[in-house]
Amino acid sequence: MKDLLWLIVALPFAGALILTIFGKRSPRLVSAFIGVGSVSLAAIITILLGIGFMSHNPTGIPYHQLLWQWMDVDGLSLNIAFNLDSVSLTFIFVITFVGALIHLYSAQFMWKEEEGFARFFIFMNLFIGFMLILVLADNMLLLYLGWEGVGLCSYLLIGFWYKDPANGYAARKAFIVTRIGDFTMAIGLFILFTTYHTLNIKDILAAAPSTWAVGSGIALTTALLLLGGAIGKSAQLPLQTWLPDAMAGPSPVSALIHSATMVTAGVYLIARMHVLFELAPIAQHIIAIIGAITLLVAGMAALNQYDIKKVLAYSTISQIGYMFVALGVGAWSAAIFHFMIHAFFKSLLFLGAGAVILVMNDEHNMFKMGGLWKKLPVTFWTFLIAASSLTALPLLTAGFYSKDKILWLAYSSDKGSVWLWLAGLAGAFITALYTFRMVFITFFGKAKMEPTSRPGIFITIPLIILSILSFAGGFIELPGDMGHVTLLSDFIQKTMPAVMVQQSGYRIELIFQVIAAIVAIGGVWLAYIFYFNKQFDPAELKQNGLQRFFYKGWDFDLLYDKVFVTPMVFLARINKNDFIDQFYTSLASFTRLLHKGLSATQNGKLRWYATAIAIGAIVILTIIFYL
Amino acid sequence: MNIPVNQGILLAAILFCIGLVGLLVRRDIIFMLMSVEVMLNAAGLAFIVAGSAWGQADGQVMFIFILAMAAAEVSVGLALIIQMFMKFKSVDTNMASTMNEQKKISNT
Repeated sequence: MKDLLWLIVALPFAGALILTIFGKRSPRLVSAFIGVGSVSLAAIITILLGIGFMSHNPTGIPYHQLLWQWMDVDGLSLNIAFNLDSVSLTFIFVITFVGALIHLYSAQFMWKEEEGFARFFIFMNLFIGFMLILVLADNMLLLYLGWEGVGLCSYLLIGFWYKDPANGYAARKAFIVTRIGDFTMAIGLFILFTTYHTLNIKDILAAAPSTWAVGSGIALTTALLLLGGAIGKSAQLPLQTWLPDAMAGPSPVSALIHSATMVTAGVYLIARMHVLFELAPIAQHIIAIIGAITLLVAGMAALNQYDIKKVLAYSTISQIGYMFVALGVGAWSAAIFHFMIHAFFKSLLFLGAGAVILVMNDEHNMFKMGGLWKKLPVTFWTFLIAASSLTALPLLTAGFYSKDKILWLAYSSDKGSVWLWLAGLAGAFITALYTFRMVFITFFGKAKMEPTSRPGIFITIPLIILSILSFAGGFIELPGDMGHVTLLSDFIQKTMPAVMVQQSGYRIELIFQVIAAIVAIGGVWLAYIFYFNKQFDPAELKQNGLQRFFYKGWDFDLLYDKVFVTPMVFLARINKNDFIDQFYTSLASFTRLLHKGLSATQNGKLRWYATAIAIGAIVILTIIFYL
Repeated sequence: MNIPVNQGILLAAILFCIGLVGLLVRRDIIFMLMSVEVMLNAAGLAFIVAGSAWGQADGQVMFIFILAMAAAEVSVGLALIIQMFMKFKSVDTNMASTMNEQKKISNT
């Protein structure tokens, strides 16, 4: 069974290849079958492989599959090889399983796309393939290949409806902003290669503690450079501006790429290179601080959005902020736990929002909806479950267990502090408020628009499966005072060190949980007071200055426009007529001058020609006779 | 009767210049064709004078050539003039200067 690992990666690529060759001519049903089938098959193999890995391998020895040698140039010897351990298994499970559900959903969601249907599935399959390469790669360059590949697919899918120039702009923005992070990451890889003469992840992690001292400058620099890549991909401060604009893509794309999988690649990178970050405690502190600030900034922005997808986009940034806090305090398994649960409920929220948008004729403004809970019952109940999971309503939802673990470890870990905990708690309150603001405005109140149809069967099946997961997924990991189930963290800790807990004791943990639960319920209650069954006229919504500031995502776009874009454009403008350019321009204008002079003689006037001949004859005769 | 060579050549030169000036100042294509005839005949006269000065028949042979050529030239030239008149309803050469601007010509 283990030998089929390569097939998981190969299947989505094969699907993309087949659709590229035959997709244009084959009917939509065939395209959907190939596109959904390839990923579903990969998901089935992943589950079988995972069961085999867990049952026959109690100590969690990584499985290494060498396919072929990629290159061998001057000491840089790289293989196309996959490395399966508990972390990458968790990631490929989420990628293929959630990916397959989203593919199934897209088959119905994108059905009205006559011409782009096959193209959509080509890009989606390609994305799954590159993402699997990213998490399975055994060396940093192969990881970087997957990293860039998912960036490309993200670009292609954000700009999927390319006929609207705004979508093309959003796609370019996502590509260019993440490029800043990729650039620092590439420099980080160069440093790693010059130091260790290899890019093999296992070798680097094994050699790093004996090569670099804890807190040394070079370790800090490398860790920060890699962190730059992670920040760009995971849309953390200060490179978060691309993610809200990425909502220009179709809703399944937002669900798969911009919430569940690709944006968590940064989390994966940091978790994978955890040894390096442990050698640079300052970098790890920076991760936690970035995460804490991001979750608050994005939460405040989400609270002031009108567009239902923008709320979810900022919510994604905020939730990845939680994962960064967990990574920053060394709680690797908590970060991966939250990644998994977040993938379930956030993809469900996006798919639910997509279903609402689909039946409301592409209306994104939730203030124009309302009263949908009776008309779209399946969508409403699944959306409500996902929203409660995002809010972390206590005891029942999976989100409670994953977020509570992060909050508790943010305080109790040896790298944690009360400030990180407070930021997380404030973020949890804001999360509850904006989530139920969205639920109450969209699904309750007076109906302002009638849905045109009911979502189809292939849209509701993924919703139901994901709602079960975002409800029950948390029971694989229960806190110490409630059952103490540690299935996932035991599994992850076969690959990664356990978190160093400074303070423990079930009583303190219980107090913290009660506080977190009260905060979450308080947020929902406040949302109930403000937004439940209230009448909102979408035309008369007023925003004061501060709300406007939050609505624009804290005006980061304006800041970057003024600080980076405007000077760049200015420099380009003054540099437009440099010396080289002038040389070529003058060459062209000289030629044009000659052309004008010669074509002026060609005026078609017979007497001028005769005069010219006569004068020419006189000149020639003069020369012959007198010279 | 014996005409000095100098005077014959001078007459030919004067005739040639009259023809040239006529060609340059006239806009009427018929007059320009006539001026070209004058110039051709001036050249023929120069041949005759030179031939008689050296006592050779070559000059007269050349004149016959020029005469034949002029006849051919006039027939082609007159045909062109008729075509031009049909196109432009005019014998003014400046009207024909629009021939390098294709759009302005109406296809009649």
